[in-house]
Amino acid sequence: MTDTGGLGDATRWGLGSSFVAHLRATNPEVLDRRFAAPLAEDLGPHATTILALRYESGIVMAGDRRATMGMAIESRNIQKVFRADAHAAVAIAGAAGPAVEMVRLFQVELEHYEKIEGRSLSLTGKANRLAEMIRQNMPAAMQGFGVIPLFAGYDVLHATGRIFKYDMTGGRYEEGDFHATGSGGRDARSFIKGRWSEGLTEDAAVSIGLEALFEAADEDAATGGPDVVRGIYPNVAVVDPDGFRPVDDATIRSIFESAVEGLRERYGGEVR
Amino acid sequence: MTTPFYVSPQQVLADRAEYARKGIARGRSIVVWQTDTGILFVAENPMPTLHKVSEIYDRIAFAAVGRYNEFEALRVAGVRRADLTGYAYSREDVNARALAGVYSQTLGQIFTHELKPMEVELLVAEVGSPESDGSDDRLYRVTFDGQISDEGDVVTMGGAADELLEKVKDHFSPGMGDREALRTAVQAMADQMGNPLGVKTLEVARLDRSDPGRAFSRMGHDELAEMLGGDEIEPVAQAEEKDSEA
Repeated sequence: MTDTGGLGDATRWGLGSSFVAHLRATNPEVLDRRFAAPLAEDLGPHATTILALRYESGIVMAGDRRATMGMAIESRNIQKVFRADAHAAVAIAGAAGPAVEMVRLFQVELEHYEKIEGRSLSLTGKANRLAEMIRQNMPAAMQGFGVIPLFAGYDVLHATGRIFKYDMTGGRYEEGDFHATGSGGRDARSFIKGRWSEGLTEDAAVSIGLEALFEAADEDAATGGPDVVRGIYPNVAVVDPDGFRPVDDATIRSIFESAVEGLRERYGGEVR
Repeated sequence: MTTPFYVSPQQVLADRAEYARKGIARGRSIVVWQTDTGILFVAENPMPTLHKVSEIYDRIAFAAVGRYNEFEALRVAGVRRADLTGYAYSREDVNARALAGVYSQTLGQIFTHELKPMEVELLVAEVGSPESDGSDDRLYRVTFDGQISDEGDVVTMGGAADELLEKVKDHFSPGMGDREALRTAVQAMADQMGNPLGVKTLEVARLDRSDPGRAFSRMGHDELAEMLGGDEIEPVAQAEEKDSEA
């Protein structure tokens, strides 16, 4: 085939079902992510606490809504939890700009594979594709624009929920039960650690996730708590055998409100 | 030194066209209908994983007849093109007309510049938004020589496409339901072939206008059997014979 009039050389071999590989070969400018700034903190907002936990029929993923830039709150309602594809979710922490862009590319990568091959990638395959994208972001990470996502989904082949965490170098590690990352990740994690058990119901898992975010916001300035005045609550999504499903704000609010009693007992009373 | 034979351009193109037409006419047929809920694709295809109808993008599907290896390469190129456009611009900027235009350019180039034309005929179909009534649906046919046409409500392609069109077009009515459209198409194809057609020999897919996202879906065996009212539809002549025997 000579000139294919803009369709590209359809007969090229290699990672034929990868959208990223295709971009790199034919339209590298779309992927160009070079930065030349030494002080990333001042340049773009950073997103914070995200978590995922496994429950009896899948996984729950949640993230707070705050983005900070240095000491300032840059956004009160940023979205950090996204649908990756029909059976997977991805959440982002780190430099918001590159992270949101990475999610967008990741979503196309999964859909592209699905359309070309006529079937979805395995959950491990999806986790590996995301690892490569983080690895590609290394030069930017060295300059302070690191992206640390959390990936989780329902593994249709093995009939279980699975969670993957990453490091800045693209290292990919599977977590058995739960994980939380971002600046408030440690606080969220230790909260979940005390409450997680095998075979949680969906409602229990969602409310543990929400309370863990509350605890993280309580300890970490860069993590936003529930904003009752504006009605802004964390983003929560569930992935079970039926697929990805965002939990709507009304449900999250009512779960949060019923958790408030417990929180009041724990922290309430007079200021000492 | 020998003088090369002179062959007139008319002759060259006529030969290539005849070659491509013969190749395409050997293949099995596809009927594509516009129905009340979207666009329905009915293809005769006994191979369950080598598809003739596929998803390109949110509201766009691709159907092809002819040589599988050739139209498969075009399908993959179309998905790449659509995903690239959607990623670089926005999902709303991907449309069937642009894609059909690029297919037309590609097939036209190959027809005039290559020794062998592609033995394929393509259909790029697009459903309008969930709020629309079907008037925004589009069906673009692209032939082996790069000719592009904006088609109406019913399109047939492949072996004996014209005769098939004669058989189905009288039965077409705007706003027809999926079930009726499917049965009519399968009956016409079975009559045309003189063979029964059913769940094992059909590939059926649709673009559902009411779906706000990725509108393409394939019809599974169970649903197909339910829609057909049985596993197979027999050609009229054979069914009549059976009746007279009984």
